[in-house]
Order: sequence, then structure tokens, then C-alpha cells
Amino acid sequence: MYIRDTIAAIATPLGSGGVGIVRVSGPDAEHIGRKVFKGSCTKNGGGFESHRLFYGRLINPPDGSLIDEGMAVLMRAPRSYTREDVLELHCHGGYYLVRAILQACISAGARLAEPGEFTRRAFLNGRIDLAQAESVMDLIASRTERSLSLAQSQREGHLSRSLTALKAPLIEALALVEAHIDFPEDEVDPAVFAVIETRIASVFAGISQLLATFATGKVLRDGVSVLLLGLPNAGKSSLLNALSGTDRAIVSALPGTTRDLIEETVSLQGLPVKIIDAAGIRAHHADCVEQEGVRRALDKVSEADLLLLLVDGTVPLSNELTDLVTSLAALPYLLVVTKADLPQLLDVSAFAAPLGICSVSAKNRVGVDQLSSQIYSHFVQSSAFSSDDCAVISNVRHRDVLIRAQQSLNAFAENLSLGLPPELLALDVRAALDALGEITGETTTDDLLDLIFSSFCIGK
Amino acid sequence: MHSYETKYDVIVVGAGHAGCEAALAAARMGCLTLLLNMSLDGMAVMSCNPSIGGLAKGHLVREIDALGGEMAKNIDAAGIQFRVLNTRKGPAVRAGRAQADKQLYRLRMKRVLEQQANLHVKQGEVTALHLEGEELHGVDTRSGIRFLGKTVVLTTGTFMRGLIHIGLINYAGGRAGDLPSLGLSDQLKSLGFEVGRLKTGTPARLDGRTIDFGKLEAQYSDDPPVPFSFSTERITMPQVPCYIAYTNQRTHDIIRSGLDRSPLYAGVIEGIGPRYCPSIEDKVVRFPDKERHQTFIEPEGLETVEYYPSGMSTSLPIDIQIAFYRSMVGLENVEIMRPAYGIEYDYVNPVQLHATLETKLIKNLFHAGQINGTSGYEEAAAQGILAGINAALKVKGRQPIMLGRHESYIGVMVDDLVTLGTKEPYRMFTSRAEYRLLLREDNADIRLREIGYSVGLVDEATYDAFCRKREQIQGELERVRVTRLSLNPEEKSWCERHGCADLQKGASYERLLRRPEIGYQQLREIDPQVTGLPGAVREQVEIQVKYQGYIERQLEQIERMRKQEEARIPSDFDYKAISGLTSEVREKLERFRPDTLGQAARIQGVTPAAIAILSVMLKGRGEQ
Repeated sequence: MYIRDTIAAIATPLGSGGVGIVRVSGPDAEHIGRKVFKGSCTKNGGGFESHRLFYGRLINPPDGSLIDEGMAVLMRAPRSYTREDVLELHCHGGYYLVRAILQACISAGARLAEPGEFTRRAFLNGRIDLAQAESVMDLIASRTERSLSLAQSQREGHLSRSLTALKAPLIEALALVEAHIDFPEDEVDPAVFAVIETRIASVFAGISQLLATFATGKVLRDGVSVLLLGLPNAGKSSLLNALSGTDRAIVSALPGTTRDLIEETVSLQGLPVKIIDAAGIRAHHADCVEQEGVRRALDKVSEADLLLLLVDGTVPLSNELTDLVTSLAALPYLLVVTKADLPQLLDVSAFAAPLGICSVSAKNRVGVDQLSSQIYSHFVQSSAFSSDDCAVISNVRHRDVLIRAQQSLNAFAENLSLGLPPELLALDVRAALDALGEITGETTTDDLLDLIFSSFCIGK
Repeated sequence: MHSYETKYDVIVVGAGHAGCEAALAAARMGCLTLLLNMSLDGMAVMSCNPSIGGLAKGHLVREIDALGGEMAKNIDAAGIQFRVLNTRKGPAVRAGRAQADKQLYRLRMKRVLEQQANLHVKQGEVTALHLEGEELHGVDTRSGIRFLGKTVVLTTGTFMRGLIHIGLINYAGGRAGDLPSLGLSDQLKSLGFEVGRLKTGTPARLDGRTIDFGKLEAQYSDDPPVPFSFSTERITMPQVPCYIAYTNQRTHDIIRSGLDRSPLYAGVIEGIGPRYCPSIEDKVVRFPDKERHQTFIEPEGLETVEYYPSGMSTSLPIDIQIAFYRSMVGLENVEIMRPAYGIEYDYVNPVQLHATLETKLIKNLFHAGQINGTSGYEEAAAQGILAGINAALKVKGRQPIMLGRHESYIGVMVDDLVTLGTKEPYRMFTSRAEYRLLLREDNADIRLREIGYSVGLVDEATYDAFCRKREQIQGELERVRVTRLSLNPEEKSWCERHGCADLQKGASYERLLRRPEIGYQQLREIDPQVTGLPGAVREQVEIQVKYQGYIERQLEQIERMRKQEEARIPSDFDYKAISGLTSEVREKLERFRPDTLGQAARIQGVTPAAIAILSVMLKGRGEQ
């Protein structure tokens, strides 16, 4: 028979976080806890009290050497994420410390978890359904608070609930068609197809509404990229720092793939924004802009979701700046006039500024919040995300399924107008129902499951 | 108990529609078979409506015929009105229905049974299964004879602990005028079977001499009548009409006035009745706004004046019955010849069956028909033939047959029964079949003839005729694929006449046939070869060409589900060892013990997550 072993993995992102957590799940979780954690709870042969955090020392079991001070909590089955005994070891952050704790757990008998294995266990143990399992994947990948709450609401079943609500009129419509077929002599109302059409139309509209949230949902989950373009000394770095400071939520600061680009991900009102500083446009000689640098920066423009053109407000219009604006041609950009705290010498009426103008002073933090909300509202229609408890589609598979359901409903409407017989119309309604069922997990296949679980990141 | 000297291969208990098919199938497959019935005058009796077929039921009749059964041939010989329903809808949901001369139907089936080689027909009431330990050895009868047999097929109909209700009067009976079967269900219960109670009913039989048919709308047979059996060339019985009558507000008032003496509403009846075939008092109570209810007044035969008012079953007291029937236009002076009644009877939970219809508890014991919670002659007969075939295969030491949901309505019904069970009498509907477009009346032979032949139930001549037809269909499909329009002047004017002037030179006949406005009827005007083809072949080709897109879609769906359907769960599978299952799901799986993952998925309350777990477990098991 299938025997469950005990698995372990690092649960927090590797990097410079303040706290690192190693998670252990399976029948030996407590046993492993006793080996690697020495605290008041394990003295005198006592056990962990479930769901209580203990302070103690994290040690390396072979020789008992100290790795770190830390905390440990045991969540006994079934009141845990995987419905198995789950042990969490909290230590100080940092790559080497967390790795050492994980290594200690493995030498105490745990096996390194496969990608997505914790969630797979949660799913297999009936703790979460398929839609929830998928949204956990999103949860892990989510980078800011807003996308976190999106993933959480989906996990709590908002999407499943919305779909169940959409399925009701569909089932009703199907029942009407079926009655029409199976009881030809029982005086089924001939006006029945008008009723069916209304039901189908309402479901179609409901799906459209869900689909409309996809753009927002995807933006919130995957984030957007914003390219800063400007001459040297236009204030790009200061602006970058000012924007980062808005929420003090720098998630990562990675050097760009080329020496010419600096990327930084910041959170603007919960929206993950990757800001790319196109440092490439810099003066090669004292008086001319390096054409190659401009070309490279403009290549990046097509990959970015939004272009910010930064201009120094204290400097009158120069030839270099005119050249740069000309090279942007018809590209839409948001004009950001910097150094607003100093006397302004630039005539902004010379710019087309198709997305508007924003004046900022990074130094005095004037206009920074306005810029940040301008960027946010550029991507997120306020109406589409007005309520935190409405279902939002952020997963590509969900969108595809909904589109398929709509195609079936379209086929229904078309076939109805062509006068096709009811048993063929029923097929379309059934196809739409089956499609919706694919999200709630009612019509699933092995392949789908394999795909979902292989795309989970390690540790959850 | 006197042990009878002959030892049988198959003993069939009950000679209703299930029992007759079971006994004929086993005997025709070469097994020495005994058919026992409480009365030899009561075999193949149509206890309720005098008709065979209808939506989904007609499909079952065709499938029985394709497998080598008798029902289709019997109704073709005894049918006195044939109609095809849903002719304005597509071929998949068209179905035949025929009114039967009840006595003729019964007598012809009796003759077929009596003339069947290997088959002994005997009168006797079975009171118990004869078991040694857990092994089944035969049956005991009330008259003190023990019949020994290797396998037993139980088809008890409404007879097990039958209780007849007319108003608040009730008495034991298997059917009006017949005794109930007592003892058997107690034994089944003690063996661990879950015995439940169902209810059904039948309307009064009316004296045709007292009905004013001039006030009613007549409904005639199709001309020519279309037979059920693939082997019947034409219907030779005289055809007679049915009549349509309606209830009215006064009828409803009378019915309401009698509700306090209805056993249903007074709570005397504990069994659950069918929602799709409600009694007239049910209809009146549940649909108070409906001004009238329709009824078909159907002849019970050519030699009798008895008429059957369909949809008017009731268990109201007799004075109310007389009054409400007489309140209807045309029935003002009607005389009731047999009162309407409700009947409660015992059935055994069908989830205790394999898809072969063998019980999971007792080896070599098969259940078919109403004992499994179904309703309807066709449903019963379809299970009968399957149980008879599998009992015979068991005797011969051959693998049983299980019919899939994708290949037959019989498969859909049996799968529904063994995975979902039933709380009300189960009736077949086309909506139960997810592959409905493939499961048509017209192609039942193409779906099942091969199986009937392989088990030895379809004779050589019938099989040869089928093979010829199949080849002709293939040949014609190929011909229309490669034959193309040359668009000569004759064809050009033909195209214009039939609204397809847009067709280009070189378009295949297949493309022509795919158009809604073109059929063989039109094609024959430019294609003389069509005339040589039998009508059944033309019909198949036309349907296959016209619905190709839809048919292919359904075939793809079947392919997707195949893995799950074919994943077998060992009968000793230990569900307790799977920690991931909720206790509710585990309990369900342990109770149902599904044979395949597909079956498990259809058990209510078994979640997709549970199926995913099971599939992982089964895979793990396979890998070990």
C-alpha cells in the first residue's frame, strides 16, 4: 500500500528576509522536531503542544551542535495545511542558516519535498479542492499584498461560488431542453425555448463579467513593468527611490540582464510594478546622445507595459531632449517633470505627452503619490476591483475554460436560430456545463492534475 | 423437500418481461434452463399500459433485438398501433412506440417460450433460494419441490410482498387478481441484501362500449407502421386508433374531495412512487394551476372492449374513481371494468450488483427487472437479457459481458443502477445518456449485433444479414465520398431547384448530403445508383454524413474518458488504508465496491478529489 513518508522544505523565499521557515509534514514530523529542536517543551521527554509556538535551540542532530536560536510549532493532524502532522521551524533569515536547518531535518529522517508536494498532499487529503490548489500556486507566486488577497479569496472559494451560481441557470436551461425531448406527448410549453434563451443569455453575461476581471486579475498577479526613460541626470534614480519608498516594499533588487538596465520591483498600492531604469541613454561624448543606447532602450519600450519619460524641469529644452522625443515618435508615454521644488525653466507645452503630465519632486516627495496612483489607475480599472469579495480571474486556464464555455453558449444561440433540433442544442449546453465543471474540479483528467502539480514551486 | 432429478444450468424465477428474456437468452445460448412462474397463464403479462416503446424505451427494445432478444419481434407480431415519436427532432431522439394487443402479446411469448429448445417452463412459487453455506444451489418452491441449478436469475417484479391499495382498503397481492410472493424477500434480507419498498400504480380499465368516442380526438397509426425488430419486414396486424381525452376543473374537485381517503396522502403507503409517472391525484395536488390534464385512451386489444386511460393511475377509493372518470368529456357514462390501484412491493438495492447483474453478495445469483428498482417492461426486459446472457456465460466458464455507457442504453441503465442506486422506480430517459447522439434506435444493430453474435445469441442467418448491411453502409459511405458533381446542365438545374446553386464543380456527394435541404430523396434525381440501396442503408449513411461533426465530438469525449472507465479497482481494495479519503467517501466506496474508477466517479458523494486520490493509489498499486 501507499506509505506516506515525511517531507521537508524551506517555506520562505530564499534571500535576505528577517525570518526563515522550514516546514516538515508527515507522520515523523514530531519525531524530527524532537531531534532538531531543544526547548522547554521537549525537556523531560515532554511533547509538543499542538498549535503552540515554543522558543528553543535549533541543533544539528548528528553532533548536537547549535545552528541557531529559533521557534518551533507543531500542528497535529488533521488540523494542519496538509491534514498531516506539520512542524514549522522558524530561524533567522539568510541562505546558509535556513539551508542548515533543512539539512538537519533531512538527517533526522525527512525527505526533501518535491515541487508542489505540500499542496499535493493537502489536495489528496481532501483539505482543498482543485481550484483552491491552483490558487495556492498563485499565492506562492504572488508578490504583493493585493495579489495575495486575490489569491486568498480564490482559495476561499469565491470563484467556485461564482461558477456554481452560473451553473444553476445552465442546468435549468438544460433541464428544459431535456424535458422537451423526453416528453413529446406531455404538453411541454412550446415557449420553452424563449425561457432557455434568457437563461443562456444571463449565464453568458455572467461569464463575460468574470472574464472582464481577467486583465485586472492577471495584472495583480503577475504585475506590470514600467520603463523609465530620460537623459542622464533627469532624476531617474531619485524617482526610483522615491517610488520604492512609498510602500517600503522592495521585494527584490536585481541587476538587469545587461549592464545598461536596472530593474527593481516595487509595490504601488498593492500592484507589483517592475521599474526598469533605462540607463542606457547616456551621453557618450559631452554633446551627443549615444544612438546605440537609445535604440536599446527603445527595444525595451515594446516589452514594458508603461513608458515614463522623465525630463528635468530646471533645464530648458535641449537638442538631445528633442532628439529623444522625436525618436519616441508615436509611442504613448507619461511625461514626468522632475525637480519640481526648483525653479522651472522647461516649456512642457513642447511635449505631446499622450498619457498626461505629472510633476514631481523626489526630494520633497511632492507629486510622488499622485504619480503612483496614476500608474495604478492606468492598469487597474477601479470598477473591476471595487469589492474584495468578488471573484476575479487571474489564472490562464480558468480564462480559457470560461472562453470555451462562452463558445459553447454562442454555438447554442447560433444553432437555435438555425433551427437545429433540441438534442444538438443540449450538447452545447452540456459542453458549457462541463467546461465550468473543469474549474470546480468536477470534470478532471489525470493529465490536468499532472500539469497543475508539476508547475508548483518547491516547498508548498 | 423433494429434489427434482434434472439439474439446470440456469433457473429463472418469474416469467415477466425480464424473466422471459433471461430464460430465452440462456436457453438459446445452449444452457439447460428452467423458467418458473406462479401461474403459467400469467407469463409476459402487460400489467399496466398496453404499449411498448416510447422515448429511450424504444431504444432499449431495439438494443434487446440487436442482442438477439424477443421483445421487438413479439410487439411487431402483437402491435395494433405503431407510431414514431419526435419525428420533427433529430434521429437520436426519435423512438418507436406501439400499442399491443395484450392477450396476443402474452400468448405469442408463451408459445415462443414453449417451443424453445433447452427450456423447461414450469408453474411454481419460489419461496427461498437453496444455499449450502454461502453457495447457491437452486431454489425451493411452495409446493415442496427443490430445483437444483448452477445459477439463478431473480425477476420478482411487483410480487415480493406485494400490497395492493384501493383507497384505504389494502390487501396482499402481486398484481390485481394474483397472489403475492412471500418469504423470498425475508431470506434476501437475512443474507445481507438491502431490501426497500417502492410504489407504483395503474389506472382503471374502462368499458369501451360506454365511451363516447365521437367526442374524443382520434390518433392513428403511422402509415406504414415501422417495426421494432431489425428482422421484421412489415407489420401485418390491423391498426386501430387511440383517443385523447382531458380532465377538467370538476374532475380535479372530485379528486381533491377524496384525498382524505387516499392511502398516499393518508400516509398508509410507505413506498416511494415514480415522479415521472405520477398518479392523477399527485398531478392535481402538485400542479394546482393546471386547468386540465391530458390522457390517451388506449385499446387493450382487438378482441376486448377494455380501454386503458394513460396517465390516470390512482389509488383513490372506488367511488371517487367512478365519479372523476365520469366527469370527463366523452366518459360521462363510462363503466369501470377493473378498478385502478396502487401497489407497494419489495426491491433490492441495485448498488449491491456488479454491472453484469450478478449480486456482489451471493455468487451465481443474478437480479433483473423491478427487483432492481426499475419500472417499465422495456427496462425489465433489457436487464433480463443481460442477466440471462451473463448467467449462461458463467455456466460456460466464459468472461461476462458488461455494456458501456458509450455503446448502449442498457449500459447507461445498469451503470446508473449499480453506481447510484435508485430511490424511486427507475425509468430510462434519453437525457440519462451522455452519448445520446451515438445511441440511436436506428444503429442499435451496429452497436450491439456483434456482441449478441459473440455470446452465441444471434443466429448465423441474422448475423449474415447484418454483416451485409454493414458492408453496404461502408461501401456507400466511400462512394459518396469519392463521387463528385460534374455540374453538367442536368446537375446544374438540379442544384438550382434545390437551393444550392452555390455548389462548385467537383463537390462530393458527401458534401451534398451534409446540407440540410438535401437527402437521398433529392439525390436520387441525379444519382440512379441510389435506387439499388436498401432503405436502412440509406438511412445510416445519411445520418452518419449529416451528423458527422457531432458524432465525432462524442467519440472524442468517449476517448477522453476511456482511461478512467478501464481502470479496474480490485474487489479486495482496502479503502481504509487510504488516509486521504473522508469518512463519508470511504463509507460510500466500501458499500458500493465499484468495479472501475469510472463507476466510482459516478457514485454520489464521491468527490473529484477522492477520484484523484484513488487514481494515484491505483497507479501506485500497478507500479508495485
